[in-house]
Amino acid sequence: MEITWIWTGMVTLSLLFGIATGNLDAVANGALEGARSAIELSLSMAGILCLWSGVMEVMNACGISAGLARLFRPILRRLLPDACRDEEALAAVSANVSANLLGLGNAATPLGIRAARRMARGCGGVASNELCLLVVLNTASIQLLPATIASVRAAAGCQTPFDILPAVWMASAMSVTAGLLAAWLLSHRRAGR
Amino acid sequence: MNLSSLVIPVLLSAVAVYGLGKRVNVYAALTHGAEEGLTVLLRIVPALVGLLTAVTMFRASGAMEWLSGVFAPVLELLGIPPEAAPLLLVRPVSGNGALAVASDLIAAHGPDSYVGRVAAVMLGSTETTFYTIAVYFGSAGITKTRHTVPAALAADLTGFAAAALAVRLFFGAG
Repeated sequence: MEITWIWTGMVTLSLLFGIATGNLDAVANGALEGARSAIELSLSMAGILCLWSGVMEVMNACGISAGLARLFRPILRRLLPDACRDEEALAAVSANVSANLLGLGNAATPLGIRAARRMARGCGGVASNELCLLVVLNTASIQLLPATIASVRAAAGCQTPFDILPAVWMASAMSVTAGLLAAWLLSHRRAGR
Repeated sequence: MNLSSLVIPVLLSAVAVYGLGKRVNVYAALTHGAEEGLTVLLRIVPALVGLLTAVTMFRASGAMEWLSGVFAPVLELLGIPPEAAPLLLVRPVSGNGALAVASDLIAAHGPDSYVGRVAAVMLGSTETTFYTIAVYFGSAGITKTRHTVPAALAADLTGFAAAALAVRLFFGAG
């Protein structure tokens, strides 16, 4: 719904600005140009996107994501001690985190939802501290190989589309830390009141 | 030889050899995954058409410059290039919209420019926050989200500033 407002706002503002600045020709051309470039972009990133989706699938099939899930259990036990008393919730959360790391967004969301549903049982529609933490963890990206962005960069003629990886990891780590810290601080502040 | 040139070939062969060792039908899994990539693409194409149309109009009309100018003082404080202002606004709301805005920035400034890299890193280190919150709490039947939204937005804002910082650190501001 929000995107409807943004889209309408952008198009309307473009018209008003175009009239005000006398750029209306450029705005009209921009509309057609944008639509055309969307297909060009899609076509030029299609191959790389498919290749990486394939590689991710192979990783998933040979148990790398299951291994990652095992790796994360001890950390998750500390972050979400209540949820981890429930073995099924713990399994869903670790699978959710490992799918996120591998960039398997389609697999991560149903797993995370399963975990959230189990964690929300019997709390009467109010999110527990741990459930807030799980959702914050999922709103902060923790992807190891951002394949879509790499394919956009490659489509724009970049020779080394993956050279931003260390920067992405650093920024992701900082944003996840900030999210967890903020969730922890806010939950304590409210509890203290 | 560029070290990052190693990433792709090494990853491809390592995954294939490891999968073979685990007796996985590597090629079948690869093509099946590629098929899934195609469905992902099919889903984002209509959104890209809609959003790139709006973004290109917005830039051509001069409104983008105005918007960047409005947010420039705040962004400068956080070390974020003002050109990225539209991306910050769209990112928490729409994943495809953010992809459209970022690819427009990357195409306009060049993939190896400062702004182009910052846009790419921002896209890679943040998520579609409001969509995720809506999906998770919606399906879990939660109506009181408590501190989730402020904490998630704190993570987003940190991610944006950290993206600019990381690019300056690894590539310089050139």
